[in-house]
Parts: sequence; structure tokens; C-alpha cells
Amino acid sequence: MTTINPCSAELPGTLGEAMPFLCRGAVVTLQSTLGGSVLAIAIALVVGLMASSRLRSVRGVARVYMEFFRGTSVLVQLFWLFYAMPILTGYQFDKVAAGILALGLNLGAYGSEVVRGAVQAVPPAQREAAIALNFTPYQRMRHVILPQAFVAMVPPMNNLLIELLKTTSLLSVITVADLAYQGRLLVNSGSDQLIVFALMLVIYFLFSYLITLLMRFVEGRAGRLVGRERPRRRRSAPAVEGAR
Amino acid sequence: MIWDWDWTLQILPDLLTQGLLVTVQATLGGAVLAFVLGLFLALLRRSRRAYISRPVGAVTEFIRSTPLLVQLFVVYYVLPDFGVSMTALTTGIIGLGVHYACYTAEVYRAGIDGVPKGQWEAAVALNLPRHWIWLSVVLPQAVRRSLPALGNYLVAIFKESPQLSVITVVDVMGLARELGSERFRYLEPITIAGLFFLLIAIPASILIRRMERRLDH
Repeated sequence: MTTINPCSAELPGTLGEAMPFLCRGAVVTLQSTLGGSVLAIAIALVVGLMASSRLRSVRGVARVYMEFFRGTSVLVQLFWLFYAMPILTGYQFDKVAAGILALGLNLGAYGSEVVRGAVQAVPPAQREAAIALNFTPYQRMRHVILPQAFVAMVPPMNNLLIELLKTTSLLSVITVADLAYQGRLLVNSGSDQLIVFALMLVIYFLFSYLITLLMRFVEGRAGRLVGRERPRRRRSAPAVEGAR
Repeated sequence: MIWDWDWTLQILPDLLTQGLLVTVQATLGGAVLAFVLGLFLALLRRSRRAYISRPVGAVTEFIRSTPLLVQLFVVYYVLPDFGVSMTALTTGIIGLGVHYACYTAEVYRAGIDGVPKGQWEAAVALNLPRHWIWLSVVLPQAVRRSLPALGNYLVAIFKESPQLSVITVVDVMGLARELGSERFRYLEPITIAGLFFLLIAIPASILIRRMERRLDH
């Protein structure tokens, strides 16, 4: 049996015409998803912990950030970062960098809410026990609160990462050559629309599925680390706040 | 001065009237479609016949896992091939509505699942006909429970509506992009568009949070 390279130009008909370009776009989509996720998760952890701080001022800063980025559209933020900010500051981002920054800032704001909620959902007795054991605030967070909160964070984070993947398609609007961009280019240059769009949607769906599989694995791992079995469940609708 | 106030004042009225009107139309149109279609999808999804519930479940899952932008392309480029011609705005409303119907379907489903079992049993004990059980006992309670979540989706649709500018709808964002490209200066129009979304979305989500708290009691 011969294996078929799905990105090969030798595939019959429209497939051979489209797949090489779509694959190139898919790689860019994956890269921006990865970059955006790393940034978003980092921001979510920092801001989410800030939002559960005892200090009012720290909480305030976190709240302002979250409300600001959840209050406007990603497309507007993207445009602002790429087209408007250079006029104001004189610094021009590379388009992929601007895209990843917009994705990270926006989804990071939604992620902060997830982190805050998960930290708050850890039973207060856990914190009290850690205090009774004379843990420092850092040890309390690192060894008692966060490992338990992490398990609760994974399912909503799964939904957010899928949102992020879908949002990368907007980078095509500032001419990043991602999957959506390549697909539209193919259609404009006369490839069969129906086939190209179907292929694009299927590729996006496969990536979403990949994220879900990955996050299920992470959830199982995180759960076992704090001595919990993974509950049987199906993927639920995104927490509404997280759905933009 | 970097910020051009003269130009700002010149473009502000257009953005606030023409642009706002289209954005509101797109949001409300999309939301109405999403709320109505979503309820039907939720009911179909609960059907006891697997040949109905399975495909509906698969399609909603697929639509939720793929980008709205690509779906808008499909509606915008492919439908005319089948002889359906619509304005860009109508196309956009259908795209937004169908996409979000797949989300609201889950909201309604949770709402329906949240109706206490006793309500069903009481309705059956009263020998109410099946469609009555749904229409006068289950759905009113389920929809009431779903309201805050639906409100959040209304705000979400509002915030996603700028994507319609990609398929040439001239909403706030579309107009801002047009104005910006005329002078190749995007700072003022895009900033105004951003502030505009902020000024509407934040009070709206505060209102919804308040509604949520009131429904909890």
C-alpha cells in the first residue's frame, strides 16, 4: 500500500490544485494558534491570579484589563494594533506578531476569568489547611490551590483554545497568509468554491478536534495528579462568558 | 498633534448614524435568527429518533468548531451559485444567526435539562397533551432560565458583527475601514469604532449580570 501525501499537487482535479496552498495556510494557522495560545495562557494565569488577589488595587487593574479586552471585538483590536497604533507610537508590528498579540490579549482576557473562577472554586478549607500547616503564600498557591484549580480550568480552556483557533482566521484580514487567506485566494483565482471551502472547514474542524483530544489528555493527567479520576462527560457549550 | 480632531469630528456623525444603524440591524437580525433557530435545534437535538438527533448534533458541533469568517465566505460566495442572491447584509445576518444558533441550542438544552423532573411528572399526571407540556410547562421555565446566557450571546453577536465588514457590509467597522483607506490613515476611525463597541458592550454585560443575579433569587 502506498501512502498518499495529502498536500501533494499530484492529487486529482481541484484537490491537487488546492491542497498545496491550503497546507501552507494550515501551517500558518497552526503557528498563530500556538503563539496565541502560549500568550493567552500566560496572560490568563497572571491576570487571573491578580483578579483573585486580596488587594483592591491589584484586582482593579486586572478588572480594567479584562473588561477592556472583552468589551471590544477582536477584529477591531487587530486593526487597531496593526494599522492605528503605528501612527500613534511610530512602532510597526510585523503582521503575524500583531495577530498573535491581538489573539493573546483578547483570549487572555477571557482566560483570566476562567482562572479566577477556578481559583475561587477551590474549597476554602484547602486554604485554611495550608495556613494551618504554616505554608507561605507562595507554597499555598503552588502546591495546594493551583493544582486543584488547574483541573477545573481545563474544560473551559479547551473551549477558549477552540475559539482562539477560529479567531486566527481573522488574521487573514490583515493579509497574514493563513488557511482562510489561502482559501479565499484560491477561490478568487477560479478554483471550485464548494470544494475549497469544504476542505477549509474540514481542516479547521480537524484542528479543533485535535485541541479537544489534547485537552482531554491534559485533564486526565491533571486530575490524576491531585488524585481524581476523569469524570465522564461530553464537550459542553463554552462557558457563555468565554464565547465572545 | 498626532490625533486629528477636525477629521474626527467630520467622520463621527457618519459612523454614529449610518454605521451604527447597520451594526444594530446585523446584531438584532442575527440574534433573532439565532434565538429562534437555536430553540428548534435544541428540540431536534433532544428527539428520541436517532436519525434526527444524531445529524443535528453533528452539524451543530461542526459549525461551532469552524470559524464564522469561513462560514460567511461560504454563504457569500457559494449561495449565489445556486441562484440565491441576497444583499451582503442579509448574507451576514444569516451567517451570524446560523453560527450562533448552534451555541444558543446548547443554552436552551441546559435550560430544558434544568426544569425539575417534578414539573414533567405533574404535567403527565394532569394528562396534558404532549405539545401542551412543552408549550405551557417546560419551555416557559426553560427559556426563563436561559435568558441571562442568551443575553450574553446577544452581546457576543454584537461584538462579532464587525466580521461582516469582510464580506463588504458597511457597518461601523466597514465604514471605519472605508474612511481609513481613503486617507490611508486608520487611527481615528478604528479608535472611534473600538470606543463605540466598548461603550455599548460594557454597560450591556453589567445589565446582564444584574439580570442573572435577580433570576437567581
